[in-house]
Amino acid sequence: MDVTRSSKIPEILKTHEAELLSEWNQELSATNTRKGLIKEAELKEECREFLKLLRIAAQSGNLSNIQAVEWREVREMLTSISRSRSHKGFTPTETATFIFSFKRPLFDRLRQQLHDPAELGDEIWQATDLLDRLGLMVVEAYQKSREEVILRQQEEMMELSTPVVKLWEGILALPIIGTLDSARTQVVMESLLQKIVETGSEVAIIDITGVPTVDTLTAQHLLKTVTAARLMGADCIISGIRPQIAQTIVYLGIDLTDVTTKATLADAFLMALKRMGTTIARK
Amino acid sequence: MERIPILQMGEFLLVTIQVDMHDRLAMTLQDDLTNRISQTNANGVLIDISALEIVDSFIGRILGNIAKMSRVMDAETVVVGMQPAVAITLVELGLSLTGIRTALNVEKGMALLRASISESAQAQAIATEWDLEDDAED
Amino acid sequence: MQKIEELKIQSSADVVLVRQAVRQFAIEVGFGLVDQTKIVTAASELARNTLDYGGGGIVKLETLQEGGRRGLRLTFEDQGPGIADIDMALRDGFTTGGGLGMGLGGAKRLANEFEIESVVGEGTRIIIVRWK
Repeated sequence: MDVTRSSKIPEILKTHEAELLSEWNQELSATNTRKGLIKEAELKEECREFLKLLRIAAQSGNLSNIQAVEWREVREMLTSISRSRSHKGFTPTETATFIFSFKRPLFDRLRQQLHDPAELGDEIWQATDLLDRLGLMVVEAYQKSREEVILRQQEEMMELSTPVVKLWEGILALPIIGTLDSARTQVVMESLLQKIVETGSEVAIIDITGVPTVDTLTAQHLLKTVTAARLMGADCIISGIRPQIAQTIVYLGIDLTDVTTKATLADAFLMALKRMGTTIARK
Repeated sequence: MERIPILQMGEFLLVTIQVDMHDRLAMTLQDDLTNRISQTNANGVLIDISALEIVDSFIGRILGNIAKMSRVMDAETVVVGMQPAVAITLVELGLSLTGIRTALNVEKGMALLRASISESAQAQAIATEWDLEDDAED
Repeated sequence: MQKIEELKIQSSADVVLVRQAVRQFAIEVGFGLVDQTKIVTAASELARNTLDYGGGGIVKLETLQEGGRRGLRLTFEDQGPGIADIDMALRDGFTTGGGLGMGLGGAKRLANEFEIESVVGEGTRIIIVRWK
């Protein structure tokens, strides 16, 4: 890059802002295949805002380091655009196209204004470098907002997947749905035992109807939960053992003789009621 | 010397462990409890460990010993109030404390003791009847 | 910032102090209640071993920071008789001291990392790490 000659880009952005904006808008609406996701007016407003911030930031003369303080507002704006694009369901390509589609209007303008081939080459290089950086930043921000969503969903799923419900005074039920891995079992175990203490429940039914398969590790986790509950003074009943799971348990040589098991949650509930000294009669 | 107090409630003894016990203190508790069972002729012991933040293998062993010793002296032991974190850790440690009866709190532990005592009393009554019948046959 | 503390283990009252110090460290690292209980229980087992079999010694507590995760490392050292057969000592139910024989094996299960070095006649060093 030629340091003795300052870039013409800031000046072009300043003097041709209106033309650049309208050409960019045309470019965008030509490439915009997802008109349903964002309103034309909203998109125009975003372009106008971005161009304004870009012009202000470019006046500093720094066109290479977008992490510098003069580019802060541009960065913030692009981050918020990426975020909203990702929430609206745009793909990363579509999101980055917002920036990359500005290349053609800008390059056209540079070609019109600059006639020295060497200078033109330099300027186009600078412009493409700058827009690439901004585009990559947009993709990164998009990615980050997706990761945040995943993380939040994981936490929510963890909580949702372990609902300990009270069936009766002194009887809790924990319907487990999905595969039990170590991390999840620890959460399941803790929330069940905590609930036992809070409610003073003497019987807890662990229903595994929704667990697709049981391997040795899962069975061990279940046994540990049962043992821990027993140490605290509560009994566990495991219900919902499907035929395939019963077969697996026997083939794997898992010893469930110390654990009360029932075929269905209803059977387990009846047994728990009996243990609490309650009976149900049809009127 | 530091000691853990043992309260008498009717035919039961109640111990509430509230301090982080060192090993000698736990041994002292074992001695004191067995002595008190014989002195008071108690037929039930409740050990409340709801304030204990950990139970390691040593304390686990002491609890198991107390349960066995008291059984020999015709008293049932119930350990009550173990915290979830303590229970999870004990299981991970490899201790399931088999042979120790447990309950969620003092109240439920007391109910458990009463039930088991009346059960054994019933069993004894039946056994006595049988004895009488046997005698009558002679 | 890393925090280091060294405690001596010479009496059963010291074992209680070790437990309390480990609890404090575990809270500072940000362990949940169950993880706190696990590392404190492991420390209690190992401190008792150091006292009963090693004739007393020291423990070093260190907070760890590695990448994004935080952890706690405990190093127990004694100049006791050492352990002749480590595999045997780790086995559940094996004891030479009248305990339940769950101390070493149990502590290993409660930690994420477990290391043991022992030379007969010189002493024993056990390092455990638990990550958050």
